[in-house]
Formats: sequence, structure tokens, C-alpha cells
Amino acid sequence: MPADALKCKECQTTYPLEARFVCERCFGPLEVSYTLGDGDPSELKRRIQAGPHNLWRYADFLPLAGAPRSALPTGWTPLVKADRLAERLGLGEVYIKNETANPTHSFKDRVVSVALARALELGFDTLACASTGNLANAVAAHAAAAGLPAYVLIPHDLEEQKILATGAYGANIVAIRGNYDDVNRLCTEVSGERPGWAFVNINMRPYYAEGSKTLAYETVEQLGWELPDRIVGPIASGSQFTKIARGFQEFIDAGLVSGQVPVMNGAQALGCSPVAAAFAAGTDVCRPVKPDTIAKSLAIGNPADGPYAVELARTTGGSIDAVDDDEIRAGIRLLAETTGIFTETAGGVTIATLAKLAERGDIGRDERVVAMVTGDGLKTIDAVRDTFEVTEIPASLDAFDAEFAPVAV
Amino acid sequence: MAVTVKLPTQLRDAAGGATAASVEGSTVGEALDALYAQHTELRERIADGDGSLRRFVNVYLKGEDIRFLEGLDTPVSDGDEVTILPAVAGG
Repeated sequence: MPADALKCKECQTTYPLEARFVCERCFGPLEVSYTLGDGDPSELKRRIQAGPHNLWRYADFLPLAGAPRSALPTGWTPLVKADRLAERLGLGEVYIKNETANPTHSFKDRVVSVALARALELGFDTLACASTGNLANAVAAHAAAAGLPAYVLIPHDLEEQKILATGAYGANIVAIRGNYDDVNRLCTEVSGERPGWAFVNINMRPYYAEGSKTLAYETVEQLGWELPDRIVGPIASGSQFTKIARGFQEFIDAGLVSGQVPVMNGAQALGCSPVAAAFAAGTDVCRPVKPDTIAKSLAIGNPADGPYAVELARTTGGSIDAVDDDEIRAGIRLLAETTGIFTETAGGVTIATLAKLAERGDIGRDERVVAMVTGDGLKTIDAVRDTFEVTEIPASLDAFDAEFAPVAV
Repeated sequence: MAVTVKLPTQLRDAAGGATAASVEGSTVGEALDALYAQHTELRERIADGDGSLRRFVNVYLKGEDIRFLEGLDTPVSDGDEVTILPAVAGG
């Protein structure tokens, strides 16, 4: 299924597969378009199954000219059946797509893998990004592995763990006095003036965004080539959310799986919920907001793909909900104590939204639900500070017994 | 009021290669109208039929998104800088 062009999602104008991201006619976003192969689906399936255990096994559905490769293999993360979580929520069948298992512990390794591979094909010499943290980690790591210099631009008030984990790779870190949307605006200006730089989420955005489709492909394959009934996933810019649905649709169109795109439920933090607000208001106009939430990785107040995310939730019979900071902390806790997976605040948003949907009765007992847990709790460690107690005692058995009385056997 | 409008790379071809334009106006909307008068091709790129901005066009006054101000009615002062950028980026 070779990529044949970049196409404007608004006016359908096509462009060659270069480093461009916006339609010159109407300013709409460009997306990679493909020619659907006419090959035998079972042959395609065998080719996928014989591929490497990383996202390149889906090379047929990715926008690269040559054989894809990367120095830091990414993807093929576990799909964990979360029976204890399902039981707590009164649901039938719940799975967690555990993206903490990627090289830099978030799904951003996927999008960076594709953007970097395409950037190398196009001859770029520097990797850069505007980031809320996880992307900074991924860009720094993949650039280091590929031997390219990296520039990451971040809001100045990002979690320290994310800054430290980026600096460790030797990236140039630029902290901007402003929020993510200010960083994004600056990067959009800078990218126009630095021809050798591949800003993964700006001039490489059409390629970058394609990486998120692999979440859907892996989910289908890990479910034994079946579709889930429902996806619950986070929304920041809305890119991942819409690309997951596109991934399912492409597998359906290619004849690899039959059925329909799952119900798509989006999750936002109440302190930055322009897409949920648009959904609730029955419009696709996402009025920008100034973020104020502990879920900093979702703190995009001006979501570029917001209108498409709203449309997708509506057409699949889903919704876009928002949860507050206390619910986010409870979501982190709920996932950790029922599955052993410690997620960052964005995952807390997703699990809290899953809990909200369950409580509201939106999810049937017979549904197979997959929740996208996109990042690792160690990166937002402050979110769990003071949520539990540590018992401190002298190094004596009596003291231990005094705290934890032996149980008669 | 003399205002500078900075153009993104995607619009420069339609503006004869200019990276910015110096225009007169008392609001952001008037400044953009003056810009369209200088470079007629820019109007259909940036604006919808009714004169409002297309949905993937962001306009900033001194770095602030005009949707946080008074939109196209936001007053401008002499020497202000208006920046036009595509909304399509990020996350």
C-alpha cells in the first residue's frame, strides 16, 4: 500500500511527499494518502507476521520510500488483559495497551521513529520538536541513536523528570517562558527559517502522525486479528486519537480484519479540555484555552486536530469526556493497584475516563474495551507524592511486630 | 496605525516573496484588510467567504492568539506586530 501523495484534509489538494505540513491554498492539514494494494490479504498478513517485533512490521502502511530501519527499535508493546480492573469497573473485557514499554516509555517513540526515518530519506541533518515532555524524550533518544543533533523546545515549567530524561541524551534543551502553545508558535516560526531541521511535529507532521496508526495495527494483531469494540484514549492535539481510528479503517480496507471502526472515546483533563468542551457544545470549533492541569503531556490549549477528533467521536457513537486532577490521581492509582502498570498523568486521564464511562453505563458488559496507556508514571512522579504513607521503624523484629502483628497460622 | 504583518513561509509566494508587510489599520481585521489590498491573493488563502479567518489559520498580536483578545476587532497600536501562522502543528 505505497504512499502516493500528501493530501489536504480540507480541500483535497495534493502535494508531493516532501517536508510540508499545511495546504498552501486553504491552510488545512496535510495527510499521507496511499494507493490501496490489490494483493491477497492473506499474503499481506503473512508478511506482517514474518516482520520484526517492532512497528516496522507494518511498513506496508507507513510512508517510507525505502526499507525502514531505526537504531532504537520501537513498538510491539504488550496488550495486557486487565481482568481485575474490569471487575472493579463492572466491565466484561478490558485490555491495556501498555505504551510505557517503549524505549523512552511513551507512545511518542512511534511517531518519532516514522518522522526520523522519513527525515533521513529527505536529507535533513537535525531533529527538533515542540514538546510537552514525552516527545522531547523521544526526539532526544532517537536523534542520539541515529547520530543527529537534537533541539527540543519545551515550556519552562515542565516536570523535572522529563527534562532530566531528555538532557541525559545530550540534546539541546530550550525552555520557553510560556505554555506549550507559545512553544508551538515559536517552533512553527523557527521551522520556516531552518531548512536543514526536521521539526518532527511541524514540517514532518504528516509522517510523524502516521506512527500512531501502529497502535491500532498492534491491537488488532494482538487480539488475534480481531477488532475491539471500543477504544478509550487521551486527546491533546487530537492527532493520535484520529490516527488510531484511521489505522483500524486501513486494516479493514485491506481485508485484514472485518467489522467496523471501534467506538472512539476521547479523554481530556478538565484543566485543558477544549475538545471535550466542543463535543459537549455540539460544535467542532475548539475554542483555545490556557491550560491548568497536572496532566502536562495533554496540556495543549490549541489542539490542531480537535475538529477531527470531535467528528470521529460523534460518528463512531463515542464521546469526549473530561476529568479533574483528583480523578486523574485516582485513575493512576486504580490502574496501578489492579494491573501493576504505573502510568503518568495522561494515563490517569484515560483510566479515569474509562471509569466514568463505566459508571455512566455507556459500556456494555459484552464489550471488548482497549484503553491506551500512553506514558510512564516515573515521568510524573509528583502526581503520587503524599498519596500513601511509609511506615518507619527501627531495625528490630519487635518494632516490626508492633506495626504488623503476626497472623496466626 | 502602522502595523507590521509577518507572513509564514507558506504565504510568501502569494505575496511576491515578501516575509512581512507594513500596513495601516486600527484593528487586526483592518490590518488584514490592508494586507489583502496589497496582496490580493492572500485573501482567499486566509479568509473564508464571509471575511472570517479560515479554521486552520491562527493570528497573533504581539505573540498572543487573537482569540484570547477580541478577535479581528482587537485594537492595534502603532508599531505592533501581527503574525499569521498555520494552526496545524504540535502534539
